[in-house]
Amino acid sequence: MSGTLNVLIGLAMGLNLVALGSSRLPALIQAMSLQGVLLGVMPLLLEEEGFNWRVAVVAAATVIGKGIVIPNLLRRATRAANIERESDPFLGFVPSLLLGAGGTIAAVALARALPLLPEHAGTLLVPGAIASILTGFILLIGRVKAISQVCGYLILENGIYLFGLLLIHSTPLLVESGILLDVTVGVFVIGIIVDRIQRAFDSLDTRRLTTLRE
Amino acid sequence: MWLPQLVVRLALWLLLAPLLPGLINRVKAWVAGRRGPPVGQLYYDLAKLWRKEVVWSTLASPAFIVGPAVAWVAVVGAALLLPLGPAGAEWSFRGDVLLLLYLLALARFATAWAALETGSAFEGMGAAREVSYAVLAEAALITAVVSLSLQTSSVSLTTMLAPTAGAGAVLLAAGLFTVLLAENCRVPFDDPNTHLELTMVHEVMILDHSGPPLAVILHGAAVKLLLFSVLLVQAVVPLDQFSRGVAVAVLAGGVLSVTLGVGLVESFLARLAFRRVPLLLTTAFLLCLFALLVAWKGGVQ
Repeated sequence: MSGTLNVLIGLAMGLNLVALGSSRLPALIQAMSLQGVLLGVMPLLLEEEGFNWRVAVVAAATVIGKGIVIPNLLRRATRAANIERESDPFLGFVPSLLLGAGGTIAAVALARALPLLPEHAGTLLVPGAIASILTGFILLIGRVKAISQVCGYLILENGIYLFGLLLIHSTPLLVESGILLDVTVGVFVIGIIVDRIQRAFDSLDTRRLTTLRE
Repeated sequence: MWLPQLVVRLALWLLLAPLLPGLINRVKAWVAGRRGPPVGQLYYDLAKLWRKEVVWSTLASPAFIVGPAVAWVAVVGAALLLPLGPAGAEWSFRGDVLLLLYLLALARFATAWAALETGSAFEGMGAAREVSYAVLAEAALITAVVSLSLQTSSVSLTTMLAPTAGAGAVLLAAGLFTVLLAENCRVPFDDPNTHLELTMVHEVMILDHSGPPLAVILHGAAVKLLLFSVLLVQAVVPLDQFSRGVAVAVLAGGVLSVTLGVGLVESFLARLAFRRVPLLLTTAFLLCLFALLVAWKGGVQ
């Protein structure tokens, strides 16, 4: 059981690097949504004693929210804004890829030193969470297009969700669904904001937002 | 006893190598719906080139001829170091993998040197590109070798390549396949069929060679392709779990499927823009690095 889980987390870590290395926005959104789906399936694998309807609801909501609703909102925003590529980012693709890979390796190496519960020590949950959070930060800092930054934020949130899986049995359903709803509404609002930025500045480059104009 | 064995092994490497480019062209032709050249086209080309005379540039020193010869000898020497499944290697000793890496580097150096000898700006440009790709490709190759060596705690090719590559095999396969494409100047990195000087890498280096030296370069490139395919198959497939006959068949099948893969990649992908190449090579390096990570973690647990 923990073997399958580790493979899924390994795939999620690989998707982090895909997200860091791809310059095309649809590819970035695709990587982010696929990671969301992988994460959504994980609670079902963590369940040892039979079927738990609460966990199943969380899993289904996550898969639908992160795999279908949010990516579609973002895709609509990209289409409306008519942008395909992240051009001249603050941090180049090769440096950000190397940073992300270095972070992932450091996370795997350092997680061993953390005081974890024995049942969590064998899984990659904690390193995967740290690596995703780091990837999210790199995307947030290194990219200039608003949509890439949103994807960075969502990958960051995926990392936090991974960490939350450690506590799946003690967090109430209300908290989980609340977070998911917040994220969805956030992305919905950002989709509208992206459209407004595009109209006001004729570009989605967030660097332009620092200059005020009438 | 060792002499006939060496002759058979050499004949195997030297005679089978020109088949691979022919097979790749066959796959490309098949995908494109053409008839394509015969599988043995490179044999005919080599025979034709061997009968032709050499055109010497007035600028070139004897290194113009020595370069391809040194490169060919280095690649064939590296091929003899590589074990062939159950048959083992011709020469095997502790640390022979380092010699293999350095022989490949020597071959590249000699080809680039011969290219610079012509004094043409195009050849110089091709040599510069070849060497700068090689920096990144070698990093990936060395990482792959380190991960194999860590898995088996050995630095000899015969023992390193024999056991299973474990969970990192998929990562290692993807990384080594990308390195294979880069090292042999195949499509996402370089187009072997291109005749536009501005986009050529390997082909531009050998533009001024003619006759037997060109034949030697082409044959050396074919041997290098076979060498990388054999290395890739043995690094990924645990051949020692099969009996002798099956292992040889698996090795041959593996090399064939790698060739098929190269042909399919060339049919479906276009050449990458130059500034995108480092990204792909970095990806190959990272794939090998993660294979190393898996090998390291797997060893600890």
